[in-house]
Amino acid sequence: MTDPLQKPPKKNPQRRAVLPTLPPAFRSRKALAFTAAAAEGRFCLQKCNDCAKFTYPPREACPHCLSMDLSWQDIPTGGHLIAETLVRTSTNTYFRERTPWRSGTVKLDAGIAVLAHIHGDVARGGRVHMIARTDKSGKGVMMALPEQEVENMGDDKQLRELTCDPKHRRVLITDGRTEVGQTLAKTLGQAGASTVFVGQAEDWRSFAGLKNLLDIPNVEIMPLDITDTISVQNCAAEIGGKVDILINNATHIRPGGVLSRRDVVSARDEMEVNYFGLMRLMQAFGPGLRARGADGVNSACAWVNLLSVYALSNKPEFGVTYASQAAALSLAQCFRGEMAGSGVKVVNAFYGPLQDEWHQPLPPPKISAKVLAREVTAGLQQGLEDVIIGDVARDVWQRWVEDARVLEKELTQIEGM
Amino acid sequence: MGRPRPKRQGYDGVVAAVPVTIPYQRFSPEPAHWWLARALGELVRGAGITPQEIDGFTVSSFTLFPDTAVGLTQHLGLSPRWLDHIPMGGASGVVALRRAARAVQAGDADIVACVAGDANHVDSFRNMLTSFSRFAQDAAYPYGSGGPNASFALMTDHYMRKYGATRADFGKIAVAQRANAQRFDGALMKKPLTLEQYMDARPISEPIHLFDCVMPCAGAEAFLVMGDEMADDLGLNSVRILSTIERHNAFADDPIQDRGGWQLDVNEFWDMADISPGDVDFLQTYDDYPVICMMQMEDLGFCAKGGSPDLVRDNDLEITGSFPHNTSGGQLSVGQAGAAGGFLGLVEALRQLTGTAEGTQVNGAAVGVVSGFGMINYDRGVCSAAAALARGHDD
Repeated sequence: MTDPLQKPPKKNPQRRAVLPTLPPAFRSRKALAFTAAAAEGRFCLQKCNDCAKFTYPPREACPHCLSMDLSWQDIPTGGHLIAETLVRTSTNTYFRERTPWRSGTVKLDAGIAVLAHIHGDVARGGRVHMIARTDKSGKGVMMALPEQEVENMGDDKQLRELTCDPKHRRVLITDGRTEVGQTLAKTLGQAGASTVFVGQAEDWRSFAGLKNLLDIPNVEIMPLDITDTISVQNCAAEIGGKVDILINNATHIRPGGVLSRRDVVSARDEMEVNYFGLMRLMQAFGPGLRARGADGVNSACAWVNLLSVYALSNKPEFGVTYASQAAALSLAQCFRGEMAGSGVKVVNAFYGPLQDEWHQPLPPPKISAKVLAREVTAGLQQGLEDVIIGDVARDVWQRWVEDARVLEKELTQIEGM
Repeated sequence: MGRPRPKRQGYDGVVAAVPVTIPYQRFSPEPAHWWLARALGELVRGAGITPQEIDGFTVSSFTLFPDTAVGLTQHLGLSPRWLDHIPMGGASGVVALRRAARAVQAGDADIVACVAGDANHVDSFRNMLTSFSRFAQDAAYPYGSGGPNASFALMTDHYMRKYGATRADFGKIAVAQRANAQRFDGALMKKPLTLEQYMDARPISEPIHLFDCVMPCAGAEAFLVMGDEMADDLGLNSVRILSTIERHNAFADDPIQDRGGWQLDVNEFWDMADISPGDVDFLQTYDDYPVICMMQMEDLGFCAKGGSPDLVRDNDLEITGSFPHNTSGGQLSVGQAGAAGGFLGLVEALRQLTGTAEGTQVNGAAVGVVSGFGMINYDRGVCSAAAALARGHDD
């Protein structure tokens, strides 16, 4: 059993902060497909479409029949550990600061053997459950976990390097005025976050749910208006050095496409929150997070963007809002690249229509604030970079992965024609 | 194994000569070109020929980048009519020998210089590991970056579980080689080693401990291949090639490596040489990690599979012992000069069989076997090779 992580003591400013270093980051183009699947939490390997055999490491051709037709497919996650070692000397600076490091050879039930990180609770020669995740370099790796969940499993030193578990970490939720913000605060508090900062714009105006927020232990309300550069900078000056996970849930949504509006006024409001607001947050909080990507148990670990799944491909019913969400997604990709050296994951959580007043015109299924908060928290605990929430988002995501251009035709098709 | 193969042609009339070792250095600012040039110079002087008489040239080096054997011809003023570059790490020596031998036999070259060498700057080893192979970059290096230590740790762990080998068995190999190295001037590690010190050494990547590991260094090794009449004309002591084998990516479906390609070709190896393991006076195995020595003893037929722990326990592996093994001290005590490590055993065997081994000379050595193993492309050594050699003019 893994020893439970202890809450870290108050930071001693005279001691050296561990600076972010990275495990090996270079991958071949083929191997980046493994990384893309790992970002979603899928354990995929190449399978030959001609002889049906799985293969690994990533190849250009099947080593059994020389077919060029290899595709990435989910593979059963069971296996057993056939050899292991504890690496104590490493040529890589990231591992040098983290040895001893347990790695081993796992024979997958699907028949092939792979090198993997090994969880401390896997028995010598024991059964394992494989996961694929992105590591601190943002690249896909595989890890063998015990077949059955064990106590404090997420506290394993090596597993925690792959996840963004809120346990003992400090979270900032940018907008506490919405049900989503309040539910996130509650859920993350329950997940062990040591402090949940909750932003409140226009703090002279009270709002429904404020009392519930204040009842959550460890919640601290902070003045924060992401449309106001000074407000964002002030907030970062006060807590920027102790935010380990930032969740931007602030959003501005209005129905309608281009032709249903007469001017750009509401579009500008949407951009002000959804795009410029996000950029203000990134500029104010990004440097602090980036510097603290390896800072112990409560290192900075995640930046979470809540995005409509229609940021991937526009749907005209809320088309102008979704255009601003697409801008936010593009900015998030840029930010992910800029944060790449820090070990901080930039997480995009894509959701379908919510059960809120603004999405009232859209048909079911919709997702509740509770489901959204649960899925975002679970995504952090699992260490995902792409979190897909709800049936609608899952459906759109799958179609987008399959063929983004066909999806565009589907979403812009007039119904009943 | 499928269709019957025609019997392979022997290496009649071809010999190897002029074993050269350029003394190793732990670190050196000199580049690979410097080491290879020195080795080539020693070959030329040792044979009493001019560089222009070398009309065949093969090079093995990890640190020659951005050059290859091609760039070296211009760099060193050679004009060969047969040129090869052999990137096979620990199998390079035997592979260079067998290719050069065929070139000489076919008349494509008269004198082939086989050279291996590598630089070792303070950061060379790390740089080499980070760009060693695509599979290593994609699927091995991200898992702790333990390099070959970690790869061999997994093989060793598996081998110990499967065949009951113990750390003391591996220790006996390392300790015997250190004893042999006391008699070899070029060895970098001459501090005597006891089994107790071996057992107490710090762990590097369990079950691998300090004295299981080779020390990366700079150095070069070389030899010549030519016709036996040419060798006689030049007045050189020479070594006959009885048989060779080479194999790559054998047993790819084994989940972890506990045998190598030798096993596929071992019958042909002994048939072609027309000798049996009992006729061999010494064995030079590729020894970056003792578990691989054991694998070679088994797969080359010196004992049954899984029998090498007993073979090691029942024999004295020193120069004067019942089973002389890695007589110069091997890479474990001499050091691993990159690709030159793949030549070390062969060059030492040539010294043994030309009677020039001096301190490490095995009494009356007439027949020796050299084995090569190389290239942890992902999780296992891909290349394997072996050669059976005999003292020249066996009349």
